[in-house]
Amino acid sequence: MTKRSGVFINIGERTNVTGSAKFKNLILNGEFDQALDVARSQVEAGAQIIDINMDEAMLDSQAAMVKFLNLIASEPDISRVPIMIDSSKWSVIEAGLKCVQGKSVVNSISLKEGEENFISQAKLIKRYGAATVVMAFDEKGQADTLARKYDICERSYKILTEKVGFSPEDIIFDPNVFAVATGIEEHNNYGVDFIEATRKITDNLPHCHVSGGVSNVSFSFRGNNPVREAMHSVFLYHAIQAGMDMGIVNAGMMTVYSQIPDELRERVEDVILNRRDDATDRLLEIADKYKGVQGEIKKEDLEWRKQSVEARLSHALVKGITAFIDEDTEEARQKFDRPIEVIEGPLMDGMNVVGDLFGSGQMFLPQVVKSARVMKQSVAYLLPFIDEEKEDHAAPSSNGKILMATVKGDVHDIGKNIVGVVLQCNNYQVIDMGVMVSCDDILQKARDEKVDIIGLSGLITPSLEEMCTVAGEMERLGMDTPLLIGGATTSKIHTAVKIAPNYNGPLVYVLDASRAVGVVGQLLGSSTKQGFTTQVAADYKEMRLKYESRNKKDNQITINQARANHFKIKWKGYVPEKPSVIGLKTFEDYNLGDLVETIDWTPFFRTWELAGNYPKILTDKVVGKSARDLFNDAEIMLQKIVDEKWLLAKAVIGFWDANSVGDDVELYSDDSHSKTIDTVHFLRQQMKKRTGKANMCLADFIAPKDTGIKDYMGGFAVTAGIGIEEKLELFKGQHDDYNDILLKALADRLAESFAEHLHYKVRTDYWGYAVGENLNNQELIKEKYRGIRPAPGYPACPDHTEKEGLFSLLNARQNTAIELTESMAMLPTSSVSGYYFGHPESQYFGLGKISKDQVADYAVRKNKELNIMERWLAPNLAYERK
Amino acid sequence: MTDRTQLLQEALSSRILILDGAMGTMIQRLKFTETDFRGEQFKNITNDIKGNNDILAITQPQAIVDIHKEYLAAGADIIETNTFNATSISQSDYNMEDIVYDLNVACAKVARKAADEFSALTPNKPRFVAGVLGPTSRTASLSPDVNDPAFRNVNFDQLVESYKEATKGLIDGGADIILIETIFDTLNAKAAIFAVKMAFDEMNIELPIMISGTITDASGRTLSGQTAEAFWYSVRHANPISVGFNCALGAKDLRQHIVSLSKIADTAVSAHPNAGLPNEMGEYDESPEIMTAQLKEWAQSGLYNIVGGCCGTTPDHIKEIAEAVSGIAPRQIPHIEPQMRLSGLEPFKVI
Repeated sequence: MTKRSGVFINIGERTNVTGSAKFKNLILNGEFDQALDVARSQVEAGAQIIDINMDEAMLDSQAAMVKFLNLIASEPDISRVPIMIDSSKWSVIEAGLKCVQGKSVVNSISLKEGEENFISQAKLIKRYGAATVVMAFDEKGQADTLARKYDICERSYKILTEKVGFSPEDIIFDPNVFAVATGIEEHNNYGVDFIEATRKITDNLPHCHVSGGVSNVSFSFRGNNPVREAMHSVFLYHAIQAGMDMGIVNAGMMTVYSQIPDELRERVEDVILNRRDDATDRLLEIADKYKGVQGEIKKEDLEWRKQSVEARLSHALVKGITAFIDEDTEEARQKFDRPIEVIEGPLMDGMNVVGDLFGSGQMFLPQVVKSARVMKQSVAYLLPFIDEEKEDHAAPSSNGKILMATVKGDVHDIGKNIVGVVLQCNNYQVIDMGVMVSCDDILQKARDEKVDIIGLSGLITPSLEEMCTVAGEMERLGMDTPLLIGGATTSKIHTAVKIAPNYNGPLVYVLDASRAVGVVGQLLGSSTKQGFTTQVAADYKEMRLKYESRNKKDNQITINQARANHFKIKWKGYVPEKPSVIGLKTFEDYNLGDLVETIDWTPFFRTWELAGNYPKILTDKVVGKSARDLFNDAEIMLQKIVDEKWLLAKAVIGFWDANSVGDDVELYSDDSHSKTIDTVHFLRQQMKKRTGKANMCLADFIAPKDTGIKDYMGGFAVTAGIGIEEKLELFKGQHDDYNDILLKALADRLAESFAEHLHYKVRTDYWGYAVGENLNNQELIKEKYRGIRPAPGYPACPDHTEKEGLFSLLNARQNTAIELTESMAMLPTSSVSGYYFGHPESQYFGLGKISKDQVADYAVRKNKELNIMERWLAPNLAYERK
Repeated sequence: MTDRTQLLQEALSSRILILDGAMGTMIQRLKFTETDFRGEQFKNITNDIKGNNDILAITQPQAIVDIHKEYLAAGADIIETNTFNATSISQSDYNMEDIVYDLNVACAKVARKAADEFSALTPNKPRFVAGVLGPTSRTASLSPDVNDPAFRNVNFDQLVESYKEATKGLIDGGADIILIETIFDTLNAKAAIFAVKMAFDEMNIELPIMISGTITDASGRTLSGQTAEAFWYSVRHANPISVGFNCALGAKDLRQHIVSLSKIADTAVSAHPNAGLPNEMGEYDESPEIMTAQLKEWAQSGLYNIVGGCCGTTPDHIKEIAEAVSGIAPRQIPHIEPQMRLSGLEPFKVI
C-alpha cells in the first residue's frame, strides 16, 4: 500500500494563463519580464513546483511556452524549482519538455484518445525524463463517480507500469475535482467521490500520487471568499487524509481548518461530505454572514510613558513590553542623525542592562526572551531605513558571528532558539539555519558567511552521529572554526569521547543558554581564546583517558548469559486481561481541554532554565517571580490554544495478540496466535548484574509463546502539534521568539499529557486491566500505576528504527499525520509514540551498553546490515565500531 | 544483454574498474603538424584542421592505437574513444560535419583493436571500449547573447540528430558502452540520452550507458546551474550503468560532489578528475603520487566503482591509481526507496 504521508505539495498556479487573468494579459502583451516576476514571486512565496500553462486561443501556445521556459532557464531564482508543463495540447507539452534540464512534470495525459496514443505519449515522457499527471479521463469521457475515477486510474496505472515501464512513483493521478452545492442533485456527491477515489488509489496503486485543482470544488460560491476558503480547507483536510499529496491551491484562498467557526465548518462539511440532503440550503442560509470578519486590539496608558524616548526604550527592553515599540522607535529615529544610532545607542544600552541582569542571576530566561522580542521588533522597524542609507551600509558592530543549526534528521529546536536569543541579547550576530540542516549546508554557510563559531544542536540520539560527521568533515576541510555542541541528548562525556577526536579545532560542549554566553565570550576574546581552548581540550582528553581505562574493565556478559538471566515472571496461572479494543482505535481532534489538568509542569520550567519542581517553584525565593509570570503567560496562551483550537490533537492506539519469542515479541492477527502480522524487536541489558538482579528486556514482560498463554501488547502514537506551524509563522513574522518558544513548549507538554491521559484510559478502559484505578496527578507523574509505555529511542528500547514498524502497525502517518524524519524524529515535534505493556511486574529500565554479539544477533533479527544497526545504536555500544 | 555487457557487469560487481586518462595531453606530446593532421585523406581540405584531434583516428590511426595501448598497459579496464568532438555540431567548426559517422566508426575501431589485443593477453581482465559522446560546443539551456536570454544557438532536436549519428557510428565501430561525458548542460545530456535510446531502438541493440557530469567551479554546480543531486535526478531515467563527474576540478574539490552522488545513486559511481587545477601556465601538473593519494582515500571510503583521469592525467597517473586501488572493494550500491524525485536547479523530493 502506498504510504499516506500527510505531506501536501502546493503547486503554484499563477503562471497559468487559464487560471490568472493578470498573467494572461502579460503574456498576450508580450511583457515577459513582468511575467517572470510573477514566477519569481511565486517561488519566493514558497511554491515547490510551478505550473506553466499557455493554453489561450489568442496565443501561439507552443512558441509562448518555449520562450517562457527559455527565459526561466536564465533566472536561477526561478529555475531552482521543478516545472510542471501544463497544456491540453501534446505538441506544446513536447516542445516544453525539450527546454527544461531538470526533471519536470507533465500535466497531463489520459486515455481520452485511446490506449495507443496514451502509450506513445507516456513512452516519450519517460524518454524525456519527466514525471506525469494522469487525468481520470478515458474514451468515454471524464470520470465523475468513484467507480469510474478509480477504474480509469487503475487501468492507466497498469498500462503505465506494465506496458510502458513507467516508474509508479512518477505517476500523479488527478481524479477530477468538480463543483459541489450547485443545486443539481447529481453533483452533491462529487466531493465524496473524489475523496474516496483518492483513498482507493492510495490504498491499491503503490507509490503513486494524487493531485487535483482544489478551487473547482467551491465554484458555486464565487464572490464569497470566506465560504470558498472554508470549503477548500475542509475539502483538503479530508482529501489529504485520504492520500491526496499534491494540488493546485491558491495559498491566499485557504484558511486553517481548525480556525473555521464551528457553525460554518459543520455546514461546509455537510456539503463536502454530502452528509444530508439539505446541506446546500443550510450552507446558503449562513453564507452571507461570513462575507467579512476582522478582529480588534486595545491599548493602555502608563506612567513610564512620560519619560524621554531613550528611557522609554530602555524600560520597554528591560520589562519586555512591545506595545509601544514601533512608535518609540520612530521617535528615536527622528531624534538621532542616523537610524543605526538608535540601535547602537538606546537599544544596545537597554540590552546591556538585560545582559548584566541575566549574567548576575537577577533576571531569568523567560524575561530575557521577552526583552529580545522588543529588541528584534525595534530593529525590524529600523532596517528599511538603514537599507535606504545607501552611502554607508555598515551593519551595527557585533561581538561576533555565530551560525546555529539543528543537524540533519532532527527537528527539535527549542533549546537552540533559546541559545540564539540569549546570544543576540549579548550582541552576537546569530545566523540560525533552522532544523534538519545537512552537514554540507552548514559548512558551506559557515565559510560563505565567515562565521566565528558554529553551534550544533540535536535532541534525538541519531543526531549524535551526525554531529561526529560534521566535526569530521570540518577536520577534513582543514577548518579551525570553534564548534559548540548542545542539545538534550548531548553531554560533556559524549562530546569528549566521541565528537572531540574527530576535530582538532576548538570544540566545546555547552550545557544551556546561560553557559553559552560565557563560552562564546571566552572563545572569541583574543586574550582568553588560547587558554580556554587549551583548557577545554585538556579536560576532554582527561575524560577520554578515564573513560577508556574504565572501558577496559569488562563489565559485559555474553548475550546468551544475559538471556539466561532474564527477568523471571511466574507465568503459570497468569491470565492476561483481554483488551476491550483489539486492532486500532483512532482519536480525531481530541479535546485539548481534557489534557490541561494532567500537564506535568516541571519539565516546562526546565525548558526555560528555571530549576525547581512545580508547584513549589512558583513560591521559590529566587526564581518564584519569574516562574509565576511565565506560568501566567502560559496559562493565558493555553486557554487560547484550547478555545481557539490553535492545535489539533490526534492519536491512534492499538492492541494485538502477542507472545514473546526470545527477545522479540510476535504480534498475531487473531487469537489463535497462528498468523504473525509483525515482530517487534527488543534489546537486552548486557552488563554484569549483582546476584538476584535480572538482565532486563521488554520482551520479558510478555508471556513466552511456549507457555501457551495468550498475551497482548499495545502501541500508541499521539500528537498535539498539528497546526502549530501557522502560529509559529505568525510569531516569526512578528519577531516574537517569546511566544514562539512558549507555544512549542506548551505543545510539547500537551503531547506528553495526551500520552499520559490516553495511558490512563487504556488502563481503565481500552485495555481495562485497572478499571478501578484512582490516582492523583502527582502519583500519576510518579508512575505509580500498573503497566508501562516505553518509547522507541528511549532508555529501555533505544533503537529509533523500531518506530518504523510501530508506525506501520498503527498506520500512524494516516491516523495522526505524524511524520518520521530520516533520523526517526517525529514531526510535528510535539508527538509521543510507544508501546503498552500491561503485566503488573513490567517496569522501566535503562538498556545500558550492549556487546557486539547482541548487536549482530539483533541485526540478523531485523534483517539489517550490522554496520547500519551499529550506527543507530552507537550510544549504546560497549565496543568501538569500525 | 550482450555477452560483453554481462562481462562488464560481473567486473563492476567484483572490483573497482579503471578508466583511462587524458587523450589530449598524450596527443600534444606527439607534436603533429597540420600536414600530419591532414594525412592523405584530407590533404586537399581548404581550412586548417590542426587541433581536430578526433580526426587522427583516420589520418594517424597507429598513434591513437598506441596511446590506447599505453593506458591499457597501465591497467585501464575501460578505454574511451577519441571522439570528444566527433559530433556534427562540433565538427562544423572544421567544416567536417559530413564525415561524422565514419569518424566515429574509425575512432571506435582503433580503440576496439587495442582493447581486443589486451583482452587476449589478460583473459581474466577483459577490456572494454566506451564510445564517448562529448558535450558539443553549444548549450541548449543557455543563451550566447546576453541581450536576448530566450535565444538559443542549438535546440534539443538538433542535438538529438547530431548525437544519434555519432552514436550509430560508435556502435558500428564496436563500442561496448556509450559514455555521455563532461556534461556541463544537463539539457544537452538529456538530448544525448534521448538520441542514444533512439539509436538503440533503430539498431535493435542495447548497450550500457555511462553518464558523467562536470561541476565547473567552487559553486558546486554544473555550468547550467544544477547541484549534483538535481543533476542525478535529471538523468536517472537513462537507467545508466554508472553516473559520476569528470573534468574541471581536481580530486580535492571534486570529492564532496562524488560523496553526494555516492549517497543517492542506485547505480555505480564514477570519478575521473583532472590532474589538479591548471597552474599559471594553464597546465595540469598534479603528480601521479598526489592524485593517487586522494583517490585511494576515496576508494577506502567506499565512494566510487569506477575511477580514472581527465585533463592532464597520463598513463603514469593511471598506473599509480590502478595499483593503489587494487584489492580495495568497490562502493556498495545503496538501495534507494521509490520516491518521486524532481529537479530544477535544485532537487525536490515528494514523499
